[in-house]
Amino acid sequence: MSAVPEAGLSRKVVERASSGQRTKDLMFRLALLFSVSVGFVVLAALVLDVMIDGASRVSLDFITSFPSRISPESTGVKSALIGTIYLMVLCAVFIVPVGVATAVYLEEYANRDSRLSRLIEVNIQNLAAVPSVVYGILGLAFIVRGPLGLGPVLLAGALTLGLLVLPVVIIVSREAIRAVPSSIREGSLALGATQWQTIWKQVLPGALPGIATGVILALSRAIGETAPLLVIGAATFARFNPEGITDRFTAMPLAIFEFISDADTEFRAAGAAAIIVLLALLVVMNAGAIFLRNRYERKW
Amino acid sequence: MEATSAGATGAPRPDLYRTRTRRSTGEAAIRYALLAAALVSVLTTTGIVFSLLEETVVFFGDVGVGEFLSGTKWTPLAGGESQSFGVVPLVFDTLYLTGIGLLVAIPFGIGSAIYLSEYASPRVRRILKPVLEVLSGVPTIVFGYFALTFVTPEILKGLGLEVGSFNALSAGLVLGVLVLPTIATVADDALTAVPGSLREGAFGLGASRMQVSVRVVLPAALSGVVAALVLGASRAVGETVIILVAGGQKADLTLDPTVAMQNMAAFIAAASRADIPTSGPEYGAIFAVGTTLFVMTLVLNAISIRFVRKYRQVYE
Amino acid sequence: MTQEPDRQEREAQAATSAVPSASSDGQPAALQTEAHGQKLAAGTREAIYDLDDVGVTYGSVPAVREVTFPIYQHEITALIGPSGCGKSTLIRCLNRMNDLIPAASVTGKVSYHGQNLYDDEIDPVQVRKHIGMVFQKPNPFPKSIYDNIAFGPRVLGMDGNMDEIVESALRRGALWAEVKDRLKTNAFGMSGGQQQRLCIARALATSPDVILMDEPCSALDPISTGRIEDLMLELKENYSIVIVTHNMQQAARVSNMTAFFTVELDADEKQRTGRVVEYDETEKVFTNPSDERTEAYVTGKVG
Repeated sequence: MSAVPEAGLSRKVVERASSGQRTKDLMFRLALLFSVSVGFVVLAALVLDVMIDGASRVSLDFITSFPSRISPESTGVKSALIGTIYLMVLCAVFIVPVGVATAVYLEEYANRDSRLSRLIEVNIQNLAAVPSVVYGILGLAFIVRGPLGLGPVLLAGALTLGLLVLPVVIIVSREAIRAVPSSIREGSLALGATQWQTIWKQVLPGALPGIATGVILALSRAIGETAPLLVIGAATFARFNPEGITDRFTAMPLAIFEFISDADTEFRAAGAAAIIVLLALLVVMNAGAIFLRNRYERKW
Repeated sequence: MEATSAGATGAPRPDLYRTRTRRSTGEAAIRYALLAAALVSVLTTTGIVFSLLEETVVFFGDVGVGEFLSGTKWTPLAGGESQSFGVVPLVFDTLYLTGIGLLVAIPFGIGSAIYLSEYASPRVRRILKPVLEVLSGVPTIVFGYFALTFVTPEILKGLGLEVGSFNALSAGLVLGVLVLPTIATVADDALTAVPGSLREGAFGLGASRMQVSVRVVLPAALSGVVAALVLGASRAVGETVIILVAGGQKADLTLDPTVAMQNMAAFIAAASRADIPTSGPEYGAIFAVGTTLFVMTLVLNAISIRFVRKYRQVYE
Repeated sequence: MTQEPDRQEREAQAATSAVPSASSDGQPAALQTEAHGQKLAAGTREAIYDLDDVGVTYGSVPAVREVTFPIYQHEITALIGPSGCGKSTLIRCLNRMNDLIPAASVTGKVSYHGQNLYDDEIDPVQVRKHIGMVFQKPNPFPKSIYDNIAFGPRVLGMDGNMDEIVESALRRGALWAEVKDRLKTNAFGMSGGQQQRLCIARALATSPDVILMDEPCSALDPISTGRIEDLMLELKENYSIVIVTHNMQQAARVSNMTAFFTVELDADEKQRTGRVVEYDETEKVFTNPSDERTEAYVTGKVG
């Protein structure tokens, strides 16, 4: 890469001195500032809108009441909140071992050039770009119906969402594992430890903060996903809490969807309130991730 | 000076032979377990392809491929005579909505990227980048709510536009805001990867910052920026909830942004909630549309990877 | 720094034989240890390694070839020579660490206690339990000093009181006095020289009989270097040491035998391959070398 642009360009760029160029520069800078502010302003408008519409409805009653079809004033999100929490726990139980194991295999065991590892890597890249509805179709065809035939229950929802966010866990875990310096592995192996002993006792503990951050990132995505749950047929309205993993359920995004899709626009305030609860959950999760990262991140 | 090897003077030989210890079989078992986990991703892709194809094939048995791909009337859930499975309007509406979104996301996304990489001080970057990250972390249902309850009534009607409660403009604009952080982040990565020496050379010649950004840095990062755009388009094409909530239930061939519109993903979600028999063509339509959507995003993704590879090659 | 004599004796026994020495040839244990300690007097030295035409190629490029010499027990053997002549590559053959590099392939015979380490039936993990290694850049684990030392014994399933094992290793590594009050602190808080002595103590904890050192002092200051050289001279009474070093004075100071490597340009293939030019008593190599290339190197005429 040359440090100097081509001659033809240099002739043009030297024309800077004119005030015309200075005005153009200023306009350009203003246009850029405007671009940046779009994101800022919309985010602020979004948050304000939701707060204004829903803050008054957020209360302990709201969180501890079941939804109601009849009364917008007394509807609540208890079932949805419980469902979301169960869903996230189940999802984590699935994605952590599978995602970390995949990352370990690709980083520590697989031969980089083999067709198998390239196949796996290409798959992960492609899966990360598949729209979430399509995961819903996958869940519907294989998990809810088809071979697993679980029905639209918690486990099915957790597995569907898990498959959706698995690439995130794999990619972040791989980076965390790769960051552990090879000198640590060499030191361990030179002492007579086996490959797995080295991974389990040195590499994974060293990569743990990064992996944990990745898992929280993945769950942050999963918690707000609506489309796959809609397609697998999860309920958007439920006046019961799920008891076991084979029970039907609803979740926060679904409840929000139900509130704001209701023909009776009186329910929209409840929808906004539910959004506030969901955003609060997200803030807590991300704060946890930032805390973990700052406290435990190892600078190799 | 004689040197004798250990055996002769009797120092015993350490046990170095590989024995079928529990440890070595354990190690082999662990390797297979890890491989099995890694194959889950391959299984997922296979599962997606199978789940789509199975019903799609059945569907094409019912409704011909030709009618699906070239028909211009999309009313799959209508009864009797008016039921029609021409997917063209649905694909068109998907692209139209994506287009509106990109009209917002591309200029503001690239503008943000240029500002972040060429103009902003490290302190400003530290504040602005998280804003983009937060924006990309907002669940899409919240965007849908925003479009339905704020953008449509307050903004659009406030501007005097005659829009329906469900309209393409509102959904498309918010779709653009959803995709903006993706474009901005990936483009910013591409721009910051351009070596400083290029900038210095241009500044040294007396170029202004605008000229350096637009005439030197942007062209140098072009393949990365294109990758960002394609990635953003791919995300917009596959977005469900915003359109489902604020866009509408119909798919017509029209250029009027004030009417209701639906895209492929929203159709899939809406149709799977409708009360339809699993034996009829309506059910198969869900999968046929799913296949179409899957192929489109796969192609877009492949294109963007090609561009990413091109821009990585230049600097490595 | 105190050393309990009987413990030292026990370490000597443990380090040089996996089984009490009295078994194979009827000689009582004490006589054997003495014999090991006085090599020149008896006229016979035990070779712990016997290298026979050993070569290493990375892919299609030969890094080092035709290496043939013995390595003697309870001595320090130095491998010296210019950069790129294959010294590090060779020393990594001695504990099968080259296995970690997929493109590396080893030819020839590396006999250790009479067994070829590269035999199909040999388990590299077992090999490394008997042979310790210290690397150029100190690589302590991101754990406490105690857990660093204890790691080897734990994964090897050694019996015994872990506290005692850790203390013994730290004493043998000349580190006990400095760290005995902060065993639970993180090893990363130590200075570079201390970290390297920790790595040596860590290698000693598994009671190996050989310690391989790949330029152990090149990242350290002269005072730390001196302390480690003193430690090496103590350790050779109970262990055998092979050291790769760029520092000729170091080789001259501590080693009994020196192997001088050089790089040869393969005329037609334009490849650089390392080989051993001379292997002899250190004093001879440095004061009266047989080969002119050795002389050029040790007198500083050539890099």
